[in-house]
Amino acid sequence: MSISLDEVRHVARLARLALDETEILSFQGELNALLGHFEDIQVIEGSGIEPKSHAVAIQNVWSEDLPGRTLARHQVLASAPLSKAGLFVVPMIIEV
Amino acid sequence: MLTDLTASEIARLVASREASCVEVAEAFLQRIHILDSKIGSFLKVEPDKVLESAKLAQSMLDRGEGKALTGVPIAVKDNMSTEGIETTCASKILEGYIPPFDATVVTRLKESGMTLIGKTNLDEFAMGTSTENSAFQVTRNPWDLGRSPGGSSGGSAAAVAAELAPLALGSDTGGSIRQPAALCGVVGFKPSYGRCSRYGLIAFGSSLDQIGPFAKTVEDTALLTEAITGKDPLDGTSLDLGPISAQNLKSGSLKGLRVALPKELFGSATHPEVLEQIQNAINVLQKEGVEFQEVSIPSIELGVTTYYIIAPAEASSNLARFDGIRYGVRKDGQGHIGMVEKTRSEGFGHEVKTRIMIGTYALSAGYYDAFYLKAQQVRAMMQQEFQKVYESFDVVLSPTSPIPAFKLGELKKDPLALKLLDFCTIPANLGGMPGISLNCGFAEGLPVGLQLMGAPLDDEKLLQIAYCVEQALPSGTIKPSIA
Repeated sequence: MSISLDEVRHVARLARLALDETEILSFQGELNALLGHFEDIQVIEGSGIEPKSHAVAIQNVWSEDLPGRTLARHQVLASAPLSKAGLFVVPMIIEV
Repeated sequence: MLTDLTASEIARLVASREASCVEVAEAFLQRIHILDSKIGSFLKVEPDKVLESAKLAQSMLDRGEGKALTGVPIAVKDNMSTEGIETTCASKILEGYIPPFDATVVTRLKESGMTLIGKTNLDEFAMGTSTENSAFQVTRNPWDLGRSPGGSSGGSAAAVAAELAPLALGSDTGGSIRQPAALCGVVGFKPSYGRCSRYGLIAFGSSLDQIGPFAKTVEDTALLTEAITGKDPLDGTSLDLGPISAQNLKSGSLKGLRVALPKELFGSATHPEVLEQIQNAINVLQKEGVEFQEVSIPSIELGVTTYYIIAPAEASSNLARFDGIRYGVRKDGQGHIGMVEKTRSEGFGHEVKTRIMIGTYALSAGYYDAFYLKAQQVRAMMQQEFQKVYESFDVVLSPTSPIPAFKLGELKKDPLALKLLDFCTIPANLGGMPGISLNCGFAEGLPVGLQLMGAPLDDEKLLQIAYCVEQALPSGTIKPSIA
């Protein structure tokens, strides 16, 4: 299995990474090298083993519906690169 | 000197008023001031806050409320949130980020009266095995300043080895506590998955990440483990169990202990001198009545691949939160998506981007079945195979790292070689097992780590056995010769 330059561009877009052409080429090489090593995992094909997403089988975790302590708005906004009037500032998303 | 002592010795001294918590903190601050410019363990040390916390510890003792480690300084890996203290994950994207809350482990350190002495260096977002992927600085191995301390918790391991702190916390996703512990000649322990809260640990691979201690001795390791483990309602994957108790640590025995040696972990890639030191340890333990038997756990051979699919897949999802809006750095670009892309492209280092790319690819339409699903099947198979071994054996023994500390830069051009360094440690993460690394000797003057893995949730038993092994092996007392 090998990954094309267009696939690298597509994956970068999904991952929200802006890569220049040099980086795209370099990632293509690196990803292909790694994917080559990943081939060994195909031996599990057809084993019928039930996949596990966790080391410990935890079912739904419930907790009592009780009010707890939360951070104050100013504490949360203190970490934001940009905030105004008690809100996070983001670039315009919907053009008007 | 105070800094020569183990954590238990320091705790006894301050409890008996032979030294004050402030004197202890000052001694370590002084040593950090003198030595850390050579080693580079710490990203952040704020002496005023350290002394303030030492005073709090002293008042706990004065009120008669001291606990097992009250007044003992501890270094914390910089991927655990500390209220009011910058937490960067050694990434430019979080430069300047000051968390408004403490990770649960940090809350527990404070409740135990330990003194947080500083935040330690790591591979950016804990992705790496050499601490060379830090965006900010290099950390050097105290045994040879030209070599890596291992990683990703290299700053914490080097800090304990150089006696800049008697204790430290690290996080372990594929070996990031045990491997640097081995390379720096200290004890490193990863508890079973779910025993230690991950709340406030900036997530890498959520199904694998686990916080654990570094210390000079197994006893110190067990005391710190007891202080930080136990159910936390703030972490949904935290198990409904009490802390891992240190109470019966010294009541184990080596006689009749059944130890499995998986032949896959003693492969040809292992440095001959590492193998020799492990064999010497096996010989010593055999004389003490331990029964060894070679076993085969075939899925171990697939461990590295499985890990390098699951961990990046989870990371690609976890790291989506770094979008330049709520915390960290922001770089303006064209429109909303342009801003997010520019922030991430400039904020993340190359290794982090590589793993995000792998993970995104492995989870993307059309490839999920080929990679991610198969990795989850191998994880299940590995758990079954280990389970079978634990039906007949108490623990599994192996080298921690196939090689001793390597030269800085030596493996950087060979990313695959760096990834193979996790070969022996990855199974414990995939299987949710506890794993511990102890020093068992030296190869070319560099420490060699011996790893013990136990059945999931058998943490107390594993620590008991590790204590007996430590007592039987003579090599734990040698220290690096840095001034």
